[in-house]
Amino acid sequence: MIEVRDLDVRFGKVHAVRGVSLTVAEGESFGLVGESGSGKSTVLRALAGLVAGWTGSMSVGGRPLGHRRDAVFHRTVQMVFQDPYGSLHPRQTVDRILSEPLIVHRIGDADQRIARALEEVALPRSVRFRFPHQLSGGQRQRVAVARALIAGPSVLLLDEPTSALDATVQAEVLNLLADLRAARHLTCILVSHNLAVVAHLCTRLAVMQHGQIVEKLDEATLRAGHATHPHTQELIRLSRDLDGTG
Amino acid sequence: MTPLAEIRGLHVDFPGNNGWQPAVRGVSLTLGREKLGLVGESGSGKSVTGRALMRLLPPTARIRAEALRVAGTDLLTARPEAMRRLRGARIGLILQDPKFSLNPVMPAGEQIAEAWRAHHRGSRREAREAALDLLAQVLIRDPTRVFGAYPHELSGGMGQRVMIAMMLAPGPDLLIADEPTSALDATVQAEILRLLDRLVSDRGMGLVLISHDLPLVSRFCDRIMVMYGGRVMEELRAADLHAARHPYTRGLLNCLPRLDAAQPRLPVLARDPAWLEGQ
Repeated sequence: MIEVRDLDVRFGKVHAVRGVSLTVAEGESFGLVGESGSGKSTVLRALAGLVAGWTGSMSVGGRPLGHRRDAVFHRTVQMVFQDPYGSLHPRQTVDRILSEPLIVHRIGDADQRIARALEEVALPRSVRFRFPHQLSGGQRQRVAVARALIAGPSVLLLDEPTSALDATVQAEVLNLLADLRAARHLTCILVSHNLAVVAHLCTRLAVMQHGQIVEKLDEATLRAGHATHPHTQELIRLSRDLDGTG
Repeated sequence: MTPLAEIRGLHVDFPGNNGWQPAVRGVSLTLGREKLGLVGESGSGKSVTGRALMRLLPPTARIRAEALRVAGTDLLTARPEAMRRLRGARIGLILQDPKFSLNPVMPAGEQIAEAWRAHHRGSRREAREAALDLLAQVLIRDPTRVFGAYPHELSGGMGQRVMIAMMLAPGPDLLIADEPTSALDATVQAEILRLLDRLVSDRGMGLVLISHDLPLVSRFCDRIMVMYGGRVMEELRAADLHAARHPYTRGLLNCLPRLDAAQPRLPVLARDPAWLEGQ
């Protein structure tokens, strides 16, 4: 479903992504793990068409991606960002935020679709005419998920979708994402610094360091601690150390 | 021995649309030379409790307490001059993100030297020596380079080390660290917490570590207070965290995804309205 080959991204002198290749099958969830500055978010943003000046090749659903993306692409691929406060328009109501993708993609029946979208992410009807600042962090992230899904994409790109949330709210949003993924047969790429979150949602993952993928492994290998690259081993050790299972 | 800090029956309210909105509702704690973790979700009142110890709350806040004392000073009646003498000298505050809490247009070392001079009598040269010494104490390999660097030239972990050095400069008895590592990567997070742990133990200081991360805090503190809705739900020794009894504490622990075992669904915390009522 998603194929990235030899992706390189430079920001001026900074070589942010160096020769990254990965493939994600239809319906699969793939994790990208690494510390800040490892290039994991840049890979995701390049896929989404938010980074200019990349080289290499990328394709989604067999269609090669150019530097400009068309409406079909945006209908297929949607993204959820880390901070829902920054990614939702502060002066638009939830209703307006959710209508925008419908207008862009010329999808009718907005009223019913918005009501259904809110129901799907378990938000009460009463939030429909509220502004983002009137919602809690978890509710805002649900709105961001609803906005990403309302035009019916088949690929969902998730950039640290729960790291700005409290642990209890994170659990709710992770459960929601797991349900929606199963219900809609979504293909996902999840970027996170948190190994346990990635293991929870993804079956395969890649570990990035200094713009490169240093290791690819599956969930079972990760959980068993059988990583081969020292950086992956270090991340696993820290994760165990801090969640008290070490 | 008198405790470093004592809070009895602290209430803090903020003005809201429908009258006073309580942020802290009857918190009591006594702090010795120990590491105390104050844990809770956003809105639990943990940061407001920490700020109250420095009386760094907005002027609109209403603070009531039976007792609020730090290093023998009564914070409820202390005049602004007395508070200024207390802040920095006896009690230091480390905030989440050094990007925002360091002065962006002043070299890092100058900021540490300034903190030192504000509380010691000494020449510029002595202040510089002290700052370089402090940079070495927070395990910065090249103190001279970092002394002259501006905050934007430092990584998050380095910035937080500078922040810690600055807070240690006046030699306080008590450090309040409010989410000191939440903006940092896991590898750096562990280094900074180990550093804080060592400095606090070596100097025999008290530490209040405020965080939303219960497992992390339990790893570095002696004692934990779990807050919810402005109240203390449970207080326990960090080593006994696995034996926590309160359903809120258990819920906080159980809702975390685990690396060692797959769970099809994460348990979601069911909040009991009774937690907000009296004991």
